[in-house]
Amino acid sequence: MSSNRLSSGGRLQRSQPIRFSFNGKTYGAFAGDTLASGLLANGVAVVGRSFKLRRPRGIVGAGAEEPNAIVQVGRGAAAIPNLRATQVELYDGLVARSSKGWPSVNFDIGAVNGAVSRVLAAGFYYKTFMWPQRLWHYYERGIRASAGFGTVPDGPDPNYYVHRNAHCDILVAGGGPAGLMAALVAARSGARVILADEQCEFGGSLLASRELVGDVAAPYWVGEVVAELSRMENVTLLKRSTVFGYYDHNFVAIAERCTDHLAPGESGGPRERLWRVRARQVILAQGAIERPLVFCNNDRPGVMTASAVSTYINRYAVCPGDSAVVFTNNDSAYQAALDLNRAGARVVVIDSRAEGAAALGAAAREAGIPILQGHVVCNVSGRRNVTGVRVALWNGDISERVHPGINIDCDLVAMSGGWSPAVHLHSQSGGSNHWNADKQCFVPGDAVQAASVAGAAAGDFTSRACLQGGHDAAAAALAACGMAAKAVAVPEVDDVDEHALQPLWRVPAAKDPDRCPKQFVDFQNDTSVADIRLAVREGYRNVEHVKRYTALGFGTDQGKLGNINGMAVLAECLGEDIPAVGTTTFRPAYTPVTFGLGAGENTGELLDPLRKTAIHACHELAGAPMEVVGQWHRPWFFPQPGEDLHAAVERECLAVRNRVGMMDASTLGKIDARGPDVVAFLERIYTHDIGKMQVGRCAYGIMLGEDGMLMDDGVMARIGEQQFYLTTTTGGAAHVLAWLESWLQTEWPELEVYLTSLTDQYSTIAVAGPKSREVLQSLDCTVDLDRESFAFMSVREAELAGMPVQLFRVSFSGELAFEVNVDSRYAADMWRAIAAAGEPFGMTPYGTEAMHVLRAEKGFVIVGQDTDGSVTPLDLRMNWLLSKQKDFLGKRSLARPDCLRPDRKQLVGLLSVDGRTVIPEGTQLVDDPEAPVPVPMCGHVTSSYYSACLQQPIALALVAAGRQRHDERIYAALADGSAVAVTITSPVFYDAEGERQHV
Amino acid sequence: MLLIKCPWCGERAETEFSYGGEAGIKRPLEPDKLTDEEWADYLFNRSNPKGAHHELWNHAGGCRRWFEAERDTVTYRIAVTREL
Repeated sequence: MSSNRLSSGGRLQRSQPIRFSFNGKTYGAFAGDTLASGLLANGVAVVGRSFKLRRPRGIVGAGAEEPNAIVQVGRGAAAIPNLRATQVELYDGLVARSSKGWPSVNFDIGAVNGAVSRVLAAGFYYKTFMWPQRLWHYYERGIRASAGFGTVPDGPDPNYYVHRNAHCDILVAGGGPAGLMAALVAARSGARVILADEQCEFGGSLLASRELVGDVAAPYWVGEVVAELSRMENVTLLKRSTVFGYYDHNFVAIAERCTDHLAPGESGGPRERLWRVRARQVILAQGAIERPLVFCNNDRPGVMTASAVSTYINRYAVCPGDSAVVFTNNDSAYQAALDLNRAGARVVVIDSRAEGAAALGAAAREAGIPILQGHVVCNVSGRRNVTGVRVALWNGDISERVHPGINIDCDLVAMSGGWSPAVHLHSQSGGSNHWNADKQCFVPGDAVQAASVAGAAAGDFTSRACLQGGHDAAAAALAACGMAAKAVAVPEVDDVDEHALQPLWRVPAAKDPDRCPKQFVDFQNDTSVADIRLAVREGYRNVEHVKRYTALGFGTDQGKLGNINGMAVLAECLGEDIPAVGTTTFRPAYTPVTFGLGAGENTGELLDPLRKTAIHACHELAGAPMEVVGQWHRPWFFPQPGEDLHAAVERECLAVRNRVGMMDASTLGKIDARGPDVVAFLERIYTHDIGKMQVGRCAYGIMLGEDGMLMDDGVMARIGEQQFYLTTTTGGAAHVLAWLESWLQTEWPELEVYLTSLTDQYSTIAVAGPKSREVLQSLDCTVDLDRESFAFMSVREAELAGMPVQLFRVSFSGELAFEVNVDSRYAADMWRAIAAAGEPFGMTPYGTEAMHVLRAEKGFVIVGQDTDGSVTPLDLRMNWLLSKQKDFLGKRSLARPDCLRPDRKQLVGLLSVDGRTVIPEGTQLVDDPEAPVPVPMCGHVTSSYYSACLQQPIALALVAAGRQRHDERIYAALADGSAVAVTITSPVFYDAEGERQHV
Repeated sequence: MLLIKCPWCGERAETEFSYGGEAGIKRPLEPDKLTDEEWADYLFNRSNPKGAHHELWNHAGGCRRWFEAERDTVTYRIAVTREL
């Protein structure tokens, strides 16, 4: 294996040799290398296989734009898929492999696809695999297996990730010449500055530049500036930090990679940090990306962008070839020719322009570099590495074929199709882009947010212009912040005279574009000129549609290299100009970000708050499994040794029906409503008559949305003339409070009412069953609990077991029952006191499951389970709750024709005809299971349990016109295709007269 | 993420707020006198302008007060926020 390492130069720590492994082989490199430079130094040409055609692929770029060298780094759970080798810093012992190209990049089963590429044209997947549709899931399995981008790590990520919020006056995205200059001016002027750059060191293009800045070498100037900035307290320097998202109102997201450059074990702290920055002004200086040229077989390993070649030579001391052809349509690539020549490689320049280059052309000629002007590279030979190019004379007419007459042997092609400003963040911020005909690129238009674009990102490609642009952007940003800019001299850089770029979006070949060897536009997605032309022939015209049909611009690189070429090829096919075709939409993220970064600390226990009642510890002690209800954890059932859910629930239900049970109902929403206008306010909220309620009385109340649909329900009590105590469903507590506040604040501000949530301050213990009165009496209750003095649906202040309580005589089980409302600080004591006092009576704690069964036996609905936002109180037969004397929210909607339809789904009960089958909740109901498919559905099951008390399964359901259909037989259509006969009944299965709760 | 100026608390991130839709939709005083069409208009129909939009926001994660904002639905620029 040849070594491409130069004996001197570069920004490497040659005193620190390291070893790394790639696709199972071990190589040597130096600290300061990237995985890409390390591979090139070792002469590794093939680093992956292409996505669709499985062609061997090599490294093309030197930065974020890299489409081919996509690798998986590390092993096991800590592995990181789909990194660009060009951005992976090497450390000793790094292990990497190709994301694409299983089982081996050098022998790939999928390469057979390349032989049949004609049938794998644009839209192939749509055309072939989508039909017949029922077979898609077979196709998909095979496609997914062979189309992989990396491997999902095999366990939970052992790393952790953090989020950090930050504010600054000026955020500078990109630390090249423009960004450094902008940060320097802003920092010296006293602004709070954040400078973020995606690379491991600041400097951008200057790190590989041979220019003089002022009177020092460019990298030296970078060092001086960074040293000064790092000493300043008003400056935050973020390297290895990609500004990947620009959101509304100057909210900018930065992904900082903290530990990926360190060997596992050397690294403490978070792996990545998400900076969430709100900046007063943003300066975008992310530079520009060099475009490839589009010629036949331009994807062969050894074909790279010219600037990448320069970067590898000057920054990493790697010359990627011995014998190079530089192919260009502009002057900048001549720098690569000069760098190659200096590194000892043989170089030929092929320039499509008849006039060639200006100053750099003269320098190349002086260096003895042969230059062919008015020529193009129209094809490449070699499969796993370039072996030569075919060159033709070209007259500048894209519609004509060329006749290659010259063969040049080479092992490297350095290409340049000009530069595209990285307008991604500007576009994300809402800004548009304009076509600059002189520079043949999209440049950012006016800023929409408080931002500006400087340097190459604005289309100013020379170092001199970048430094000036950064300076001016900082001065303007400071002015916008109301700060005075300190005078800072912009260092001199020699200006280089250039000839104009020649537009060359695809290179003419010896055959027409649909028949010649593949001319790749998008390397990662194998999109070729012929694919785009085919899409147009098939009727696609919009750039967004063509993108989706041909996959142009998808993938991990999001078309950073290929998009502009592709749009220009599309424009040519459509006979339009490039700005008329436009670009696809630039969306975050600029480069891929990890799920870990987005999640940050919000994982595991910290994902969502966990709410426990004040009595939770008692339930844990009792061994109760918990049911998750929203954020709450509630005891589900209280198993005794050997009991499963069903046995425990049957026992708990029977205990409540026959003796006494107790339940923690603390999660109910509780709202104190008071004020001079509280009656008037609640009259408009609840459907029943509030004014008629006497102090000390309770009522079941429902509230509707303005659309007439049931929104929430609960018991409410009148505590005083101007004070009410409202309860809501567990899940609806926050929403109801917000709902009430919104009406008070926005619609009826003249009403003086004060609302206070008491959900956490008070705990509620339900004591239910025929013996419940006796249990409470035995706890030294200070109020009379007998039927006459404490009637059903009333409330009393009392003391119980020596603790102040509010006692409600209400029932959600249909039995004689009380709810004990107690300060949460006493709640666990109260729970234990009631449990102890109840023991002689057979006290049985019960959980949410028994509570559900008990209420279903009584036909009591649970809002959100038996209702779904499309159910009116009329559907639930709650007409008795609807006042005729007043208006209330939603009342008018109940008179809409659709709410009065007789065939609306109405609440009914269901009994399985066989007396055994518990129908799964959610099951669809049909009149005739033998009806031809699609079988018309007449309703669905909302609640379903086995009732131990009734010794049969019961269910609640919503059935079309169900109220008129009692005693009819319909069918529950089970998921396995069978049907179970059920009989429609009243939803009240037990104690229909309600006598048991009145005793 | 929008930066919204609560009239009571000052500038805060959008995540602290909840959106309340178009402002100035007055609840009819006598709903039962309205035709179905008139009631549906109050219930469902909104102006949905391209440009300046008067809308309600609630500082739900802060002072819990509702207020009105004038926001451009194209640029998302919030020209002004004010107490109700």
